[in-house]
Amino acid sequence: MDPIIKVENLGKRYRLGVINRGMLYKDIQSWWARKRGKEDPHSPIRVAQTGGDTGGQEFWAFRNVDFEVKPGEILGVIGRNGAGKSTLLKVLSQITAPTEGQFKLKGRVASLLEVGTGFHAELTGRENIYLNGAILGMSRSEVRSCFDEIVEFAEIGQFVDTPVKRYSSGMYVRLAFSVAAHLQPDILIVDEVLAVGDAAFQKKCLGRMDEAAFKEGRTILFVSHNMASVRSLCTRALLLSGGQLEADGPTGEIVDCYLDKGVLPPGAGNQDDSDLARLKVTAIRYQTVDGGRTVEVFVGQPIDIVIEYKNKEVLPHEEISVGIGLHGASADLFNNYSHYSGKLFSQIPDKGAFVFRWPSVDLLPGHYLLGVRVVVRKGLNDVEVLAKSPPISLIVSPADFHKGGSGDGLKFGLIAVRGDWKLVEG
Amino acid sequence: MPITETAENPEWDRVVTAKSGLLDLNLAELWRYRDLIYLFVKRDFVAIYKQTILGPLWFLIQPILSTLVFTIIFGNIAKLPTDNIPPFLFYLCGLVAWSYFSDCLTKSAATFSGNAGIFSKVYFPRLTVPIANALTNLITFAIQFGLFLAVLAYFTWKGAPIETSWRVIVLPLLLLQMAMLGIGFGCIVSSLTTRYRDLAMLLSFFVQLWMYASCVLFPLSLYPKEWHWLLVLNPMVPVIESFRFAFLGAGTVEVYQLVSGAVVSLVVFVVGIIVFRHVEKTFSDTI
Repeated sequence: MDPIIKVENLGKRYRLGVINRGMLYKDIQSWWARKRGKEDPHSPIRVAQTGGDTGGQEFWAFRNVDFEVKPGEILGVIGRNGAGKSTLLKVLSQITAPTEGQFKLKGRVASLLEVGTGFHAELTGRENIYLNGAILGMSRSEVRSCFDEIVEFAEIGQFVDTPVKRYSSGMYVRLAFSVAAHLQPDILIVDEVLAVGDAAFQKKCLGRMDEAAFKEGRTILFVSHNMASVRSLCTRALLLSGGQLEADGPTGEIVDCYLDKGVLPPGAGNQDDSDLARLKVTAIRYQTVDGGRTVEVFVGQPIDIVIEYKNKEVLPHEEISVGIGLHGASADLFNNYSHYSGKLFSQIPDKGAFVFRWPSVDLLPGHYLLGVRVVVRKGLNDVEVLAKSPPISLIVSPADFHKGGSGDGLKFGLIAVRGDWKLVEG
Repeated sequence: MPITETAENPEWDRVVTAKSGLLDLNLAELWRYRDLIYLFVKRDFVAIYKQTILGPLWFLIQPILSTLVFTIIFGNIAKLPTDNIPPFLFYLCGLVAWSYFSDCLTKSAATFSGNAGIFSKVYFPRLTVPIANALTNLITFAIQFGLFLAVLAYFTWKGAPIETSWRVIVLPLLLLQMAMLGIGFGCIVSSLTTRYRDLAMLLSFFVQLWMYASCVLFPLSLYPKEWHWLLVLNPMVPVIESFRFAFLGAGTVEVYQLVSGAVVSLVVFVVGIIVFRHVEKTFSDTI
C-alpha cells in the first residue's frame, strides 16, 4: 500500500540564548551602544561578542528523520524526555515549520496536543462542542452528525446547555476528550493526552482510538511515555534518541530495545570530561523480583530498581551512597539513600549495577518521576555528588491492592495503605 | 507554513517544506475553515453579551460620551468648522466610521499575543482570527450605526442642512476598505509584537494620533486645497470624507483620493498578510 505520510530528511533547529531583546527599545539601545563603540548594555556577562543578535548557540531538536506511515497504521513514537518526540509532533501538526527537509500527507490531519484547546468558559457545552470541533478541523455539519454521540460519550447528559465554567474538572476533561475522540480525520496525531481523566475513562478512550484505527482505517501517530499503552495500542513504533531516529519496527521489539538500554539520562553520553564522569549512570530500569524486565509497576507489588553504571576511577577508601528520590504530581514523596540503612559501598567495580529492592509499591496508580544520585560521603555534612540522573518516569498501574472489596480504594490521597477494620464493643 | 495544495503534487494532499514561498496565501484552506470563522464570531458575540449586562450598552455609551466631549471642546470652545453640519452629528458620523477601523486594527494587532496558547497547541489557518474579528466588529458597528441613523433622523426632522443621498450604497465598500486596512496594518503590528512586545503599548497612542490626522474631528476642507494630496496619503481620510459625504452631504471627495485610498489599503492588506503568514510559521518558537 502507498504511504499516507512520508517524512523526508526532516529537521528542526532552535537557537539557544538570546534571539533578540524582546523589547524594541532594548534593541535600539544595543544598536546605539555598538554604534558608539561602547559595550552592549544587554550583552550577557563574560560572553564574547559574536556580532549581531544571532550569535546564539544552535540546537537541533531532531534531524535527518525519515519514515513512512501506511494507512491504518498506529505508530507509536517513544524516547526519553528531550529526545525530540514532542517537537516532531509539533512540526507534523504544522504548529511550527521545519528547518530542513519536508513531509507529505494525504487526506485530512487533526492533531491533539492538548484536549479542550479553545474552550471558552462562558459558552455552554453545546457551543463549545461546535467551537472545539471547528478548531480541530471539523465542519459544523460533521459535528452535528455526531453531536449526540459526543454528549453520550462525555457522560454530561443534561448539562449540555450549561456554561462549561460550571462543570466539574472531570466533566470538562471528558467533554474535551469526547470531541477529540469523534474527529474524523484520515490522520490523527496524539500527544499523551490520554493522561487525563480517571482510569475508567482512559480505558474508554484507548478503546475508542483502537476502534478508530481498526474499523475506520484511521492512521494514528501516538507519542507517549506510557509503554503499556504504546504496547497495547500501536502496531509499529519509532524510537527517537537525542534527536535521531534510532529504531523503527514492530512495537514489541522497539519497546524492548528502549527498555534494554534503560532510560539513559539525557546528556549522560557526553559527560566524560566533567567532574561527574568518574562514575556515570548508564541506565535505569525496572525488574520484577524474579529478574524479568518490566515497564509497569503494580500497586502493592515488589519491584527492583536497577541502576547501571560505569566507573572510571573511584578511590578505594571512598564511601559511596546511592539514593533514589520519588516525585509525584503534587509532592516529593520520599528519598532513600543506601546510607539510611547503613549501607556504604566502596571499591566498586568498573561496571555494574546498584539494585534497590522496593518491597511493596504502596502508591496510588499514576505517573511518578524517579531520580537517582550517587554521592561520596566524606563526613557527616560533606558529600560530593558523583552522578545524578534527571528524573525518569515510573508508572504505577492499578492492582487488587485491597484484596477484593469495592474497588474504591485507589482513588484518594497520595499513598496506598493496607489495613484491617473491626468493630469493638463498649 | 508553506503548503502546496494538490495542484503541483497530484499524489499528495499536502506537502510541507522548510523552504517558503512569498505568496503562499492558501486561500482555499481558509475557505475550508469558514465554519471556524463563523464560530469565532459567535463566540466573541456571546461572550460580550454574557459577561456584562451593560455589554451591548457600552457600545452606545462610548461614542455618545466621546462625541459630547468633542462637541464641547472642538465645536463650542475651539469653534472649528464642521462643513455647516451640526457638530454633534458631524463628530458622531466620523467617530462611528473611525471606531470600526480602529477596532479592526487593535484587535488584529493582538492576534498573536492574545492567542499564543491556542496557536501553540493546534493548527488552523491563523488568518481566521483577524477575519473573524473584523466580522465581530461589524456587530458593534451595526449598533453604533443604528445610533447614528437615529441622531441623523432627529437632525433631519429638525431641519438641519443635511443631504443624505443615494451615495450611501458605498457603505459596504467603505467597510471593506476599513476592514482590509485594519487587518493589514494590525497583522503587521501583530507580527512585530512577537519580537517587540513594547510595540503593543505604542499602538493605542498611535491610533489616537492617527484619528486626529484622519479628518474625524476637522473636515478636509479646513486645510488648504494644495495640501489635500498629502493628507489623502492617509487612506482613512477619503474613507471618512466619503462616509460623511454620502450620509450628510458635506465633504471633499475626489476620484484621485478614492483611488489612492483604495490602492494604499490594498497594499497594506497584502503586505500585512504576507508578513503574517511568514511569522505564523515560527511564531510558536519565539514565545
